[in-house]
Amino acid sequence: MPSNLLLPPRHYLNDGYGVWSWLLTRDHKRIALLYLAAVTFFFFIGGAFAVMIRLELATPAGDMVSDDTYNKLFTMHGVMMVFFFLIPVIPSVLGNFLIPIMIGAKDLAFPKLNLASWYIYMIGATFTTYAIVTGGLDTGWTFYTPFSTASSTTNVIPAALGIFVTGFSSILTGLNFIVTIHKMRAPGMTWFRLPLFVWSHYATSLIMVLGTPVLAITLLLVAAERLFKFGIFDPELGGDPILFQHLFWFYSHPAVYIMILPGMGVVSELVAAFCRKPVFGYSVVAFSSLGIAILGFLVWGHHMFVAGQSVYAALIFSLLSFLVAIPSAIKVFNWTATMYKGAVSWETPMLYAIGFIGLFTIGGLTGLFLAAVGLNVHVTDTYFIIAHFHYIMVGGTIMAYLGGLHYWWPKISGRTYNELLAKVSAAIIFFGFNLTFFPQFILGYLGMPRRYHAYPPEFQVLNVLSSAGASLLGVGYLLPMAYLAWSLRYGKLVGSNPWGAVGLEWTTTSPPPTENFAETPVVTWEAYDYPTRVEGHVA
Amino acid sequence: MPNGVTHHPALAHHFDNLEQQNEAATLGMWVFLVTEVLFFGGLFAAYTIYRNWYPAAFADASHHLDVMYGAINTVVLIGSSLTIALAVRAAQTGDRRTLMLFLVLTMALGAVFLGIKSVEYYQKWEEHHIPGPSFQYEPAEYFRHAQVFLSLYFVMTGLHAVHMIIGLGIMTWMLVWAWNGTITKEYASPIEISGLYWHFVDIVWIFLFPLLYLIGRHGPTVH
Amino acid sequence: MSAHHIVPVRTYVIIFGLLMLGTYLTVQAAFLDLGAFNTPIALAIAIAKATVVVLYFMHVKYSPKLTWIVVIGSVFWLAVLLIMTFGDYATRAWRTFG
Repeated sequence: MPSNLLLPPRHYLNDGYGVWSWLLTRDHKRIALLYLAAVTFFFFIGGAFAVMIRLELATPAGDMVSDDTYNKLFTMHGVMMVFFFLIPVIPSVLGNFLIPIMIGAKDLAFPKLNLASWYIYMIGATFTTYAIVTGGLDTGWTFYTPFSTASSTTNVIPAALGIFVTGFSSILTGLNFIVTIHKMRAPGMTWFRLPLFVWSHYATSLIMVLGTPVLAITLLLVAAERLFKFGIFDPELGGDPILFQHLFWFYSHPAVYIMILPGMGVVSELVAAFCRKPVFGYSVVAFSSLGIAILGFLVWGHHMFVAGQSVYAALIFSLLSFLVAIPSAIKVFNWTATMYKGAVSWETPMLYAIGFIGLFTIGGLTGLFLAAVGLNVHVTDTYFIIAHFHYIMVGGTIMAYLGGLHYWWPKISGRTYNELLAKVSAAIIFFGFNLTFFPQFILGYLGMPRRYHAYPPEFQVLNVLSSAGASLLGVGYLLPMAYLAWSLRYGKLVGSNPWGAVGLEWTTTSPPPTENFAETPVVTWEAYDYPTRVEGHVA
Repeated sequence: MPNGVTHHPALAHHFDNLEQQNEAATLGMWVFLVTEVLFFGGLFAAYTIYRNWYPAAFADASHHLDVMYGAINTVVLIGSSLTIALAVRAAQTGDRRTLMLFLVLTMALGAVFLGIKSVEYYQKWEEHHIPGPSFQYEPAEYFRHAQVFLSLYFVMTGLHAVHMIIGLGIMTWMLVWAWNGTITKEYASPIEISGLYWHFVDIVWIFLFPLLYLIGRHGPTVH
Repeated sequence: MSAHHIVPVRTYVIIFGLLMLGTYLTVQAAFLDLGAFNTPIALAIAIAKATVVVLYFMHVKYSPKLTWIVVIGSVFWLAVLLIMTFGDYATRAWRTFG
């Protein structure tokens, strides 16, 4: 390793100092870091609620908190994690940072709108957190009516309005990405030369733009009904609670694809880089992202099999839910095929990628089980469901996020982290995750219901295992925070392409200059053009 | 990417040329309008279901809306769409005075719309037809479901009115830019995209008017 | 959006006239007893009015293909929301199995 490496003299981190140069920045890379700080903060708040939940559930008796308080704990955990962490994390941190660079542009199409999106996110998240801290919310993150509109005595309206506001951050980010990808690709960067990370963010942006407004109007109606007794969702007043569920899940199902598609984009990049091979079946994988986005809008009723919708609607939603698994499965097959006869190296990002592929597959398969109406009725509102979605959101999205964060950390910071610590942390996270959530599949199948703070004593062993796993997982998450922060000051400097990977981001300095490239690149090669197109590889 | 020796003052540094910037702005506004379609769409879904469930109550409650006000407002708003379209045309041909004239006309018509809406809302207030604790309705058999209709009426027209007020704000801003010379034949894009927004608000009303004001008007009980 | 196509004033005025006609027709039709056709006719007129606003006032007729895709896409997605939701309500009263 050459010892005369220096940081580039001019880069986006030293292009202006002081708080205001950050708070008023238009630079997509700085905005990505503003988001990084924000989502990490809210992740730990959501995590704190998880700690309390697992502490309570370590014993069968509901002895740590009252049932009302427990209702608040799981609600607030869900709200913080879904709306303020999982939905924004990969698009707003990695997507914001990388998309302009990956397409050869100087910034996103609307930099000021990008900054506004961050402020909107902060306002909404802070407002909701405030509502949660001063009175709490106990409706479940799903806000089902009429409880949320008529009976709950908690801070429903401020929480709903806070989420409403945050939704606009999501919408504007998606809008920005769509316009950017359409209009700002560098010369020669055709659609089918784009990295799959960009394709998956494009598909995610379509979902954000089409789905989030429906959530927005639904939350507005909940607030209006609660305030003015309008009678849109409350049967006492002539409304239909199932209408709420239709409108809520029309967004919230596609929302899970907002959470997973960016992660899949990250995994495509990691697999290509650490197998030093083009992703197998590039265009199929690209189209599968679009397929997931489109089909994902047609399946929301599978959250309502027991809610009272018609059996015929349930059948259609069930069939479509089976179909939506196909594009996801295609990705898993293609990543696996990419690894075949690839020059695989097992650095930390690849460990996370493999973890993703395995855990997402388990989560996704259990999703297929749930698509079957008969089985779904048996395990609805049990821990089986909880295990299913945590496998995908934590075993999937968070793994992908950590993998991407480690992979692009040298690009973002110009420095690298301690590889041994990183591998150990990845192992702790993987082990802790499975110990936490695998027992929950069994618990659910055995009949333990969700959203209860007490349970029959025969479920205790599995619950204790789960809580033990959760403590391990918590430690696992704290470690990267520590060593990544440490690396900012003491980490070894890197050149422009420490991984020897292919992609426009690896052709510019680490960290990049504010305008991303000294000269606008002209692209004449295909995506993942290994082994030919590896520039600036530092041996 | 050469775009002349000096670049247009309105060209942002991250774009290569004004054409790219204008295209991005237009696409951005269209994508935003997509979100608005889905935003109002949820309300239209709720409306359709409850109209299907409570046809008599909905028709009865609808008759308490004044068709004349609704029709005048429709004419006014469509008229303002004409004026904004002509404003866009003036911007595209570099005709500053005409642009300003039509912007002012658009805003005036928008204000008339909001004025009539306020009158209608006030009437509803006097009739105790605003949903909530003070709601009253005759005949009693329609009380609950008429309240559902009126809830939807206020949310839908209220949200529409909020969009109009925002539209007036945007038009004011455009007027300032027209006046101070920011808008030129090459840089008509801000007027164009403001026009797109305004037309969208008009289209929402084109649907709201028949759905809210014209239910079952042919029946014997016309107020 | 074709920035280079200037629509003639005449076109705008004609479209305005059509919109006024549509408004007049929809009010008149509402006061006639057309049975089950009242609502579909009102909707058809509204859709026709919206279409001419989109095509001419919003210049979609002169716009690139991408704009058409965006517009049609939004209508399609709205249709998905409406049709699949109504599908539930419409079939609730049907016979259930068993």
